[in-house]
Amino acid sequence: MIFDSEIWQITILSLQVSALATIISLLIGLPLGSWLALGNFRGRSFMLSIINTGMALPPVVVGLVVAITLWRSGPLGDLNLIYTPIAIIIAQTIISAPVVTGLTAAALEAIDPRLQQQLLGLGASRGQMIWLLWREARLPLLAALMAGFGSVISEVGASMMVGGNIKGQTRVLTTAIVLETGKGEFNQALALSALLLVITYLINLALTSIQQRGARR
Amino acid sequence: MSALIQIRDLVMRRGKRTVLAIDSFEILRGERLTVIGPNGSGKSTFLLALAHLLNPASGEILFEGKSLTHWDELKYRRKISFVFQDPLLLDMTVEQNVGLGLKFRGVEKDEAQARIMKWLKQLGIESLAKRRAGQLSGGEAQRVSLARAFVLEPELVLLDEPFSSLDPPTRAKLLDDLSALLAEDHRTAIFVTHNLKEATQLGSRVAVVMEGKLRQVGTIRQIKAKPADETVAVFLKELTN
Repeated sequence: MIFDSEIWQITILSLQVSALATIISLLIGLPLGSWLALGNFRGRSFMLSIINTGMALPPVVVGLVVAITLWRSGPLGDLNLIYTPIAIIIAQTIISAPVVTGLTAAALEAIDPRLQQQLLGLGASRGQMIWLLWREARLPLLAALMAGFGSVISEVGASMMVGGNIKGQTRVLTTAIVLETGKGEFNQALALSALLLVITYLINLALTSIQQRGARR
Repeated sequence: MSALIQIRDLVMRRGKRTVLAIDSFEILRGERLTVIGPNGSGKSTFLLALAHLLNPASGEILFEGKSLTHWDELKYRRKISFVFQDPLLLDMTVEQNVGLGLKFRGVEKDEAQARIMKWLKQLGIESLAKRRAGQLSGGEAQRVSLARAFVLEPELVLLDEPFSSLDPPTRAKLLDDLSALLAEDHRTAIFVTHNLKEATQLGSRVAVVMEGKLRQVGTIRQIKAKPADETVAVFLKELTN
C-alpha cells in the first residue's frame, strides 16, 4: 500500500478536509473571538467560558453528536451527508472553531485596551481598528491558526464516526492508521504515521517561519 | 474668538459613580486650555468625553454648536486627534505610525508622504522615519505620537499627560518644542497635566478639576493670586512644592 495511488488519495483528502475545516474555523473564529474580546456586553464572560470549554471538546463526543444529527433518521438526515467528506469537515470545524475563537479572543485581550481608544481617537473606523488589532496580534493569531489546524489533522474519533473510513471516499490518514493497526499491519500504520507527522511538521514549519519573520522585524 | 466647544450639564459616570460633573463651560476656537487636578479627579474622563470615546450619563457637549450625539461619530473623530500618556505606537515603522490617521482618512499617498515628512521634521525625528517603533526611546516614541496627532491638522488636539512617563530632561525639551509648536500653530488644544510648570508653559487658560468638579478657571497667575477655595489653594501649594 505504501506510496501507491491510494495513499496519495488518502493524504490529499486528509489535507483538503482539515484545511477546509481550518479555513471555516478561521472565518468563524476571527470575528467571533474579536467580538468576545473587544465587546462590552452582558454574558460576555459566560460566552468566553463556553468557548474555552469548547477548546477541550473530546472529538468522539463531537463525532457522536454530528453522527446523530446527520444520521438518516436524524434531524438533518435528508441531506445525506453522513459518511461523506462534508460530514468530516463539519465535525472537524466544530472541534477547531472554538480553538481558533478562544485563542483569537486571548490574543486580542492581551493588547493594551487603550490602543483601541488611541486608534479611534486618530479617526479609525471600527473595521480599520479591528484590522490593525489583528495586525498587532498577528503572531498569536498565527499560533491560533496552527493550533486549529493541529487539532483537526491529528483527530481520529470524529472522522471515523461521521466519515465511516470508507476506502476511496472518506478514508483519511488518521482513520487509515487505526485500520492498519487493527489489522496488525504495524509497518503500514507506522509508515502512515510518519507521513502524517512529516506533513504536519512541514505545514507548521511554514507557518512558524512566517510567524518568526514577523517577530524578528 | 467663537466657542468651538460648549458643555452643558455634563455628567460622566463609571458604573454608578459620578466621576465628572460640569454645569457649563466653553472652550474657544484657537485656545490653549490646560486642565490640572490631582490623580483620579476626572481630567482624563473629561478628554475622553470630548473625544466622543465615552458617552455622558446626562448633559451634552456641543462641537461647532452641534451636540456630539448629533454628529456622525466617525466624522467628528476625524476632526480631532488624541495623544495619550503612553505613545501606544503600532509595530510598524515611524513613518507608517505617523501616517496612520491619514490612511484612515484616505489621504492620497503623495500628499500623505509630504505631510508625514513635514511633521517628522517639525518634531526633529526625520532621521527615524524608517525605524521600527519598538526601537525608539521613550522621548522619541512620544515625539512620534505627537507627529501622528499633528499631521492630521485637526481642529482640536487632546493631550492626556503626554510627558508624564518621560525623564525630566526629555520632558523639558519636549515641553519647549510642543509649546513653540502650539504657539505657532494656533490650533485649539486641551492639555491635561498635574504638573504646574507644564500648565504655566502650555496653557493660556487653566481649568482646575478636583473630585470631578470644575473648581476654577483662569490664568495660572489669577488662580494662584485668588484660589477659589481652600482645597484649590492647598492643591496649588502641593504642586508648587
